[in-house]
Amino acid sequence: MSVPDLTLESSIRNLEPTSSRMPSLHRAPLEIRALKSGFLTALTWIGAILASVPLFSVIYMLLVEGGSRLNWETLTALPPSAFDLGGGFGNAIVGTVVMVGIATLVSVPIGILAAVYLAILDPDSKLAHTVRFLAKVLTGFPSILAGVFVYAVMVVTMKTYSALAGGVALAVLMLPTVVLAAEQAMAMVPKKMKDAAYGMGCTRTQVIWKVVLPTGAPGILTGVMLAIAGAAGNSAPLLFTALFSDYYLRSLTEPTASLAILIFNFSGMPYENQIQLAWAASLVLVLIVLVFNILARIIGRQKY
Amino acid sequence: MNANPEMMAAGTASPRNGIVMDCQLEKVFYGDFLAVRDSKVPIEKNKITGFIGPSGCGKSTVLRSLNRMNDLIPIFRFQGKVSYHGQDIYDKKVDPVVVRRYIGMVFQQPNPFAMSIYDNVAFGLRLNGFKGNLDERVEKALQGAACWNEVKDKLKNSGLSLSGGQQQRLCIARAIATEPDVLLMDEPCSALDPIATRRVEELMIELKEKYTIALVTHNMQQAMRVADTTAFFGVDISQGSRTGYLVEMGPTRKIFEEPEQQLTRQYVRGEFS
Amino acid sequence: MASHQFDNVDRSGSVSGPPSGGDYALDRSFRGIAWFSAALILALVVYIVVEIGGKAMPAIAEHGLGFLTSTAWNVQTGQFGILPQIWGTLYSSLLALILGGVFGVAIAIFLTQDFLPSRLAMVFRTIIELLAAIPSVVFGLWGIYVLIPLLRPVANWLHANLGGVPFFGTSLSGPGLAPAALVLAIMILPTVASISVDALRQIPYKVKEAAYGMGTTRWEAILKVMLPTASSGILAALVLGFGRALGETMALAMLIGNSNQISLSLFAPANTLAALLASSFPEAGPVEVRALMYAALALLAITLIVNAVGLAVMKFATRKFEAER
Repeated sequence: MSVPDLTLESSIRNLEPTSSRMPSLHRAPLEIRALKSGFLTALTWIGAILASVPLFSVIYMLLVEGGSRLNWETLTALPPSAFDLGGGFGNAIVGTVVMVGIATLVSVPIGILAAVYLAILDPDSKLAHTVRFLAKVLTGFPSILAGVFVYAVMVVTMKTYSALAGGVALAVLMLPTVVLAAEQAMAMVPKKMKDAAYGMGCTRTQVIWKVVLPTGAPGILTGVMLAIAGAAGNSAPLLFTALFSDYYLRSLTEPTASLAILIFNFSGMPYENQIQLAWAASLVLVLIVLVFNILARIIGRQKY
Repeated sequence: MNANPEMMAAGTASPRNGIVMDCQLEKVFYGDFLAVRDSKVPIEKNKITGFIGPSGCGKSTVLRSLNRMNDLIPIFRFQGKVSYHGQDIYDKKVDPVVVRRYIGMVFQQPNPFAMSIYDNVAFGLRLNGFKGNLDERVEKALQGAACWNEVKDKLKNSGLSLSGGQQQRLCIARAIATEPDVLLMDEPCSALDPIATRRVEELMIELKEKYTIALVTHNMQQAMRVADTTAFFGVDISQGSRTGYLVEMGPTRKIFEEPEQQLTRQYVRGEFS
Repeated sequence: MASHQFDNVDRSGSVSGPPSGGDYALDRSFRGIAWFSAALILALVVYIVVEIGGKAMPAIAEHGLGFLTSTAWNVQTGQFGILPQIWGTLYSSLLALILGGVFGVAIAIFLTQDFLPSRLAMVFRTIIELLAAIPSVVFGLWGIYVLIPLLRPVANWLHANLGGVPFFGTSLSGPGLAPAALVLAIMILPTVASISVDALRQIPYKVKEAAYGMGTTRWEAILKVMLPTASSGILAALVLGFGRALGETMALAMLIGNSNQISLSLFAPANTLAALLASSFPEAGPVEVRALMYAALALLAITLIVNAVGLAVMKFATRKFEAER
């Protein structure tokens, strides 16, 4: 028994006959045991509150610094050059939306199809085990390396930075999230429902299309929304795939602006105007990410 | 056809029916585990064939072998023959998906899909590319399953919003909507309360006018109430593992009142279970 | 299959029929596509490794293993080495792990061991999840304009009074290891907390009952029973959080100072592999790109190993409970 002395002693003390020859069952508030418990509880409370301070500080800064600068001009105008006043980041919003859109179009179909294979078609095959493991490894894959990879594969061969390359880099990051969430959602469809469909004489594809995908849809969509939220906020892979542009997007094969890179670029500038814009862009970016997070929650909450 | 239909029909009032499924299971394995051996179970047209026996006797395995549901378990292996209208459903050329279209199944747990009551019933019709009047067939199936009156005003509601007994009758409606040839019922009442059980039993007796039914039940009274023919399965533990086999099969009254085998007599008298 | 359609089955009202040829074609092609998609993920990972490895080859041939132990990064002379970046990566991640780990596990205990009414626990859980949703650049911006000004007086006081301690060996002039590690800790906290929460939740209720049944206080139950039982899951959380920290880029590129030096001081500027890539890649010439590819390969290797170890620990943790059940 690994009961420490402390506990043992106090237990024995408790068991010694009191005046009424009964052990006292009352709480002994000044016992070391109780003190220790109280101390640790207080520490945990402090830790939890301390951990939420950064979030509130970030939100405060976003609202005060970013909110004060947010208006129609900042949402639509082009970024100002060094000494200019005014300006905005309309092109960066468009660029972010377009690249996240490309990433979604690329990663969601592949991710869901791969999840179908992992969850339904052959969950115990060697390929499934390998892919599942790799998808998990990829969720911890440094996002900057997705940028390096797409730079080597697309930017070098196309000889230009582009929205397309940025979108593909984000897709690489979204893919594992979509695969794992969709697989889990499909695996959670009750076996008895799948059995019922098989029992009706469905082919495996019919079981998947008519029962598994509709039933698992909320879970799959939740995963997709979370993946989109992650991609929208991710900037590292865009640094040298989409680069940046001071103009509105005209073609998918030219350098493209994004909110995250704009924040990165402006944050280091010594001009008040740019720094205010960086805060305003952060507020917009966080709002975009939050919208998808909240969507994910709402969809995920619906129970069938 | 090894079974003698004449003998099977003896003692029942109904005229001799044809045999829809002639099931001759030699060996059924899950991996290395021999689950069922040497069982010949002919299933007659427009009758209810009940499968009874102690737990672990393989009666569910036998039933699930009849529409190849067991094929979904990768380690399942089947030796023998299941003749359905003269064709062996375990023939290499046969697609289990097709088998299941003709031989419907009702499961132990009510398992409606996460869709509306209407869509649940229409599922099989749509699956089979039915082109006629869908509403009419859905209503007919729900009436056939004795739940039309309860659900006719809420066909758009989720099938999962119904009570357990209603869900099970919905599943029966879903199974009979396509009017399959044979219905396999795997302890369909085990998750139901006595009142719901009674309704499903009444339903089974109505359904046998049109369908051929094979019923697994853990409840001997249920077999006595609804089955025309009863197959009693036992467990053979002589080889160290639990292998099920057919002990005796015959008209239900004969099985319960004057069985030929000692084992059957003990079981139906409740001397072991 | 055409010869076995059971067409001799005679039932007037039945609509049962075999799947159409189209159904079969669809079935086969859909399954093929799904297999292909799964295989694509495998191919993608192989392609990533081969591509980055291949592009790094010239630099590997040129610099050899000396690259990993050299401290120079000089484009003019063509001398490249990433020891300071490896040091900075490991040092900042380790600091973040200590901080983020302590807080993350504390929060996991807080959320799972009935400290809070369920409604309040939901609020805290949401706060932690929101923390995970804040983009890295936004934390970077916050670090520059909130955290660094806040830290500077504290850091400089520590340096002035405890300058002899190597950790406080320099003053904090702006960006540096301390703000970077702090932000990194905040960023990995949600990862550590959520995996630890899962690990604690996995413990069967009967274990908790057994502990309380022995007359333990809540904290005795947590420290002597719950945490040891969940230890491998919590270890996995820490390893995966560490992996996250190793690869984190933008906030670090904004906060760590991008200075290729090795120092124990918490307030000195430093650099990490990911930050090096982020700050140098966009403007790099062909020679430097080759060296950066080598650096990327090193980062890939480190994170893959750490993540694989984390996942292996997690698998072990899960299996332990499955065996018990």
